[in-house]
Amino acid sequence: MANFYTDNPDLKHHLQHPLMQKIVELKERNYSDANKYDYAPIDFDDAMDSYDKVLEIVGDICGTTIAENAEDVDHEGPRVENGRVIYAKGTKENLDLCRKAGLMGMSMPRRLGGLNFPITPYIMAADIVSRADTGFENLWGLQDCAETIYEFADEDQKKRYIPRVCEGETMSMDLTEPDAGSDLQSVMLKATQKPDGSWVLNGVKRFITNGDSDIHLVLARSEEGTKDGRGLSMFIYDKRKGGVDVRRIENKMGIKGSPTCELTYKNAPAELVGQRRLGLIKYVMALMNGARLGIAAQAVGVSERAYREALAYAKDRKQFGKSIIEFPAVAELLSNMKCKLDASRALLYETSRFVDIYKIYEDIAKERSLTAEERKEMKHYSKLADALTPLVKGMASEYCNQNAYDCIQVHGGSGFMKDYACERIYRDARITSIYEGTTQLQVVAAIRHVTTGTYLSLIKEYEQQPVADNLKWIHENLKEMTSLYEKAVSKVTEANDTQLTDFLARRLVEMAGNVIMTYLLLSDASRNESFTRSAEVYCKYAQSEIAKHSDFIANFAPTQLELYHQS
Amino acid sequence: MGLNIVVLAKQVPDTRNVGKDAMKEDGTINRAALPAIFNPEDLNALEQALRLKDANPGSTVTLLTMGLPRASEIIREAIFRGADGGIVLTDRALGGADTLATSYSLAQAIKKIGNFDIIIGGRQAIDGDTAQVGPQIAEKLGIPQVTYAEEILDLGKGHVTVKRRLENGVETVKAPLPCVVTVNGSAAECRPRNAMRVMKYKFACSPSEMANKEERIKEIIEKRPELQIKEWSAADVDADPAQIGLPGSPTKVKNIVNVVFTAKENLRLEDNDEALENLIKDLIANHTIG
Repeated sequence: MANFYTDNPDLKHHLQHPLMQKIVELKERNYSDANKYDYAPIDFDDAMDSYDKVLEIVGDICGTTIAENAEDVDHEGPRVENGRVIYAKGTKENLDLCRKAGLMGMSMPRRLGGLNFPITPYIMAADIVSRADTGFENLWGLQDCAETIYEFADEDQKKRYIPRVCEGETMSMDLTEPDAGSDLQSVMLKATQKPDGSWVLNGVKRFITNGDSDIHLVLARSEEGTKDGRGLSMFIYDKRKGGVDVRRIENKMGIKGSPTCELTYKNAPAELVGQRRLGLIKYVMALMNGARLGIAAQAVGVSERAYREALAYAKDRKQFGKSIIEFPAVAELLSNMKCKLDASRALLYETSRFVDIYKIYEDIAKERSLTAEERKEMKHYSKLADALTPLVKGMASEYCNQNAYDCIQVHGGSGFMKDYACERIYRDARITSIYEGTTQLQVVAAIRHVTTGTYLSLIKEYEQQPVADNLKWIHENLKEMTSLYEKAVSKVTEANDTQLTDFLARRLVEMAGNVIMTYLLLSDASRNESFTRSAEVYCKYAQSEIAKHSDFIANFAPTQLELYHQS
Repeated sequence: MGLNIVVLAKQVPDTRNVGKDAMKEDGTINRAALPAIFNPEDLNALEQALRLKDANPGSTVTLLTMGLPRASEIIREAIFRGADGGIVLTDRALGGADTLATSYSLAQAIKKIGNFDIIIGGRQAIDGDTAQVGPQIAEKLGIPQVTYAEEILDLGKGHVTVKRRLENGVETVKAPLPCVVTVNGSAAECRPRNAMRVMKYKFACSPSEMANKEERIKEIIEKRPELQIKEWSAADVDADPAQIGLPGSPTKVKNIVNVVFTAKENLRLEDNDEALENLIKDLIANHTIG
């Protein structure tokens, strides 16, 4: 019986990061809930022990039922009957188990029925669930939406909806429309206020993950006559009220267990969340940031699964009288898979810790005013979280696609057959670099942190950290890599040409990512020897990537943009 | 109306994953090499008990186990999944018990619990595979028994309706309460541990485990009775020393041999009565049967 948490000591390493002490103390307000709730921790060790024990439940359910159901769920998939989604049998079983195990609403506060987990252990659960079944991670992970209700809805709404999520009701975020994908400013779904002040929704949404959920967050146009994002508001639609039907579900390439729905709204009653006009510019942006971190976790889970499948096959498969893992070409594939997995996971949890700190401060600010020191810290981490979220979403999702590709490559011809899990992993991986903003859009969000120097100042912070003697060479290489990055950034910013910056943005963002992830692995290896190999291999990989990008940028003349012009 | 439900459970060596070092040279079990687990069919029994509890608010599910002090581990496990508490019947004097002495000891403990509506246990434990303890307890308590239960369909005033899984089908029976029900492995799987319950009850422990706890944890346990797993001795349950442990066990293990089945002779029969009759005659003639 596999346990996907206990069989992977890397997770515990990340859970036990030194910054967790601060996060937990802030999150638990110095453990004041212990007097009110018999399941609240009494101190730091108690809290950490609880995270560990709950993740063990997650690992157990994932390693047995959810992983075992994944293949059948992929084959059976959901279907639509009379406007309602019927999940595959295995999906129902998975959801039922997660509910019984109390793994819904994990990050919600205790007074609303949640476990009051920081984001970091919650994200770790997402990482584990995705390794078992990537499509199912969507349904489970949409509990994230409760975070948006908690942050922006009024107290009455929080009390009515959040406990339901904690009890296991599912959620969806209804944003995309046929003509509003990446460009959400074009959303047309119409919200009309009736004379009694209540709202109804009319129109169509498309590509809605888990679109037949119990509680929907809906982006709709509340301001008649407007055309841009400032005319959009956020609403809650409760399925119990009726008015939204599923017209069809998409036939997708991967994550087939997760229903992707086209929805029709016919006078569907809805409740406004927060203030009018802030739907897109404030609430969806917050929702998206949470969702992007979720997808990054999903991607890391895929990388983990891909690496493990490839490793097991390469040890087992014999050709020319020996296991194929012994051939340098295969060994390099596996080493690169592992270091990309470790690099993206290190970045994932670094990001989640930053998100934790600023979000907890935001929450504390609702109870009392923050001190000047606290406000400064909140701003600092908020900025870092803002910078790292698109970076990890972009890079982890690209790496998981590369790992899924290499996983099939290690399997050779067998990998092309439907007999092995790797073909499903490959199909499931593909969406991660597309939804919640394509990699190209992550670059758009990340590039300003290249040009304004957020990444560089973080890199300079990392540079000051102590390094074990045997890892000094990585540190030296990192300084060179940083200098190449700085040169490339200067060249682009000095040109002061938006077209050029946009064109070279992805390369610059990746360079920043390469340096940051090497630093994170260096820090992991300094704390835990088992990461040494990955730090070393990733350093080699990052060096070559940075050299490649640096070379391209150094030899690129703005006039050459013409070469890439397509009409 | 709340029910008083007792679940019988046993901590057993995990005989499903037996490695080379599972048995010592003398043929006894090498417990160190086998992880101790919750007997699988007792988990099926626990699920049936928890379903009764769900359907009858105010019910309590109490685990009862006999074994080493560390058997409190399975009580904690049951609490994490929804049980209310439990008792470990543990005493050196109880050691070496066969099914007769075990059922006597457990029956004494159940008498001490008193006031129970239904006793549910697994069909059998994977270490002994006897399936005798549940039925013997029913006999000793003088109450009805329903074995091979797959599902408790209904529990009404003074009776319970149970679906039984038999060799060639299912049978639905109705029994008066209180009674003993032993549950088959084909019954519904036990629900998982619940995150909130794990956090709430993780410090639950028995008096013998208490000794090793930190002071701050001891204080919490002393304040919260629901965290106190009970430990009863033979004397606590008024057990007659002659009927427990080795003295109370007529079954004596003479020898243990590791039997490896090998196919030596094959016989292929035609699919008709005549061939079968000839086979029976042959088996009687060579004294294999009869």
